[in-house]
Amino acid sequence: MSDITKQSLTELVENIKNKKLSSTDVTKAFIDRSEKSEELNAYITNDFTSAIDKAKKFDQKPNLDLKLPGIPMAVKDLFCTKNIKTTAGSKILNNFVPTYESTVTENIWNEGAILLGKLNCDEFAMGSSNETSFFGNVQNPIDKNLVPGGSSGGSASAVAAQLTPITIGTDTGGSIRQPASFTGIVGLKPTYGSCSRYGIVAFASSLDQAGPMAQNVKDCALLHEVISSYDPKDSTSVNFKRNHYSKELTNDIKRKKIGIPKEYRVDGMPKEIEDLWQKGIQYIKDCGAETVDISLPNTSYALPTYYIVAPAEASSNLARYDGVKYGFRAKGENLIDMYEKTRSEGFGAEVQRRIMIGTYVLSSGYYDAYYLKAQKVRKLIKNDFDEAYKKVDAILTPSTPSSAFKIGEKTNDPVSMYLNDIFTVPVNLAGLPGISIPAGHDSNGYPLGLQIIGKAFDEQNILNIAYAMEEKINFKNKITDWWIK
Amino acid sequence: MSIDLKTIKHISKLARISVDEQRAKKLAGDLNSIFDFIEKLNELKTDNVEPLTSIAETTLKLRSDEVKSKNIREQIIKNSPQDNEDYFVVPKVIE
Repeated sequence: MSDITKQSLTELVENIKNKKLSSTDVTKAFIDRSEKSEELNAYITNDFTSAIDKAKKFDQKPNLDLKLPGIPMAVKDLFCTKNIKTTAGSKILNNFVPTYESTVTENIWNEGAILLGKLNCDEFAMGSSNETSFFGNVQNPIDKNLVPGGSSGGSASAVAAQLTPITIGTDTGGSIRQPASFTGIVGLKPTYGSCSRYGIVAFASSLDQAGPMAQNVKDCALLHEVISSYDPKDSTSVNFKRNHYSKELTNDIKRKKIGIPKEYRVDGMPKEIEDLWQKGIQYIKDCGAETVDISLPNTSYALPTYYIVAPAEASSNLARYDGVKYGFRAKGENLIDMYEKTRSEGFGAEVQRRIMIGTYVLSSGYYDAYYLKAQKVRKLIKNDFDEAYKKVDAILTPSTPSSAFKIGEKTNDPVSMYLNDIFTVPVNLAGLPGISIPAGHDSNGYPLGLQIIGKAFDEQNILNIAYAMEEKINFKNKITDWWIK
Repeated sequence: MSIDLKTIKHISKLARISVDEQRAKKLAGDLNSIFDFIEKLNELKTDNVEPLTSIAETTLKLRSDEVKSKNIREQIIKNSPQDNEDYFVVPKVIE
């Protein structure tokens, strides 16, 4: 079957379950396509040889009751995988081999999936274009020299290019939803506390969440069901009753109230984005739901707040990279000199920039003015959502203020790069779930996404809305395989 | 507000990242434009607002202190940048 890689996760699971396909067939097909797609630079490390072994082993004694029976899957290289190199896209972890497995990936393997390899990402997940990776930038399969977004750029590229049937990314300020939007796929950032952070290389611990990136909403719901679990190994994991998200998925969203926040109509937003949003509102109505105008008055303060909170947490989290127990080490004249040179040579420019910002806002005399202030504004932003959710069930916004941009276009201006996350960051600050679904194309034919934001732990509801809208939108990704010779 | 080179040198010391003159200048420029953007927060009055310190409304749980990963010493040491079978090696600290 030559069209294996074109199938959705749901189709592949079905075909393996009714024995039309073997895990070996499927695994080989995705490896073959991945090997032909090196130009995309989506992988940092591949594990193809042992993936085929595992698939053959699965086929000898297939357990077809599992949710991901023999399904091959590549994952973002921010998840620690036992005995397999995990780099976080950084030189400083270039040779790091974890002795343990992240909970989220463990949940995936326990349901029968097979690791294909580790996917490229911005260094320590800091970036919106996958250009900060030590292992080079990733190409967007939509067009040559177009960024795939970031930080889960390799993940987005790999799903859109069908190098893996589905994947997981992480999202601290938009790192799942923005690349999903740039590559025409679906990406879910779950509620903070829904998926365990254990074994994920930490960036900003109060914001980081893992989530699925998929070709469609049903696949996304299925993977979310697998990865979301209560985990005592993560002190902020929340013990609540989780749904069977894929089984309970419905396109019946009649009488749901969807909020349209006026503050997301930002200055200088391209008309194409405004038009897309209006189309989204129409789709919502076509599904029998109603839209309600709402206000989230502190929206414009979200990005400045994020650029205090996230770097502050990052500067603390990244203090552990000192060249002593693991990772890269530079030569130094003494211990302090070794630390300073290791971190100077081991971290890339963006990571250093953020460590510097974080160190500054936490330093003596500045804590109250910056960090405490940001925590207070974060409270106001969360209050805005709490207030809105008294009136509505979910909120609809564009996912990003533009479509994907060219490689190199924004690398010299950090603030313009940061503005990419203007619609996604408030969701992380408030700890809410958000999903981006492909909803249209701009004049270049590049995909554009819409974001549905839900109440805390109400993933089922936003998945349902996304599912209903997906049917109306009937989006087709325009992939020409330009990178395959 | 303006972040000068002296401040950059001070932060880089705190962050344990060595920066040469050229990089310090670049960082000063970048940080100033980022902090110009951050200053927007001063528009907001927040005197009576409680800071949000944790998004997950859970209390931290205690667990018993048990060893769970056993016999991984060799694997752990293997990750250290300087080869040694028994311990982590660092540059000499005591003269």
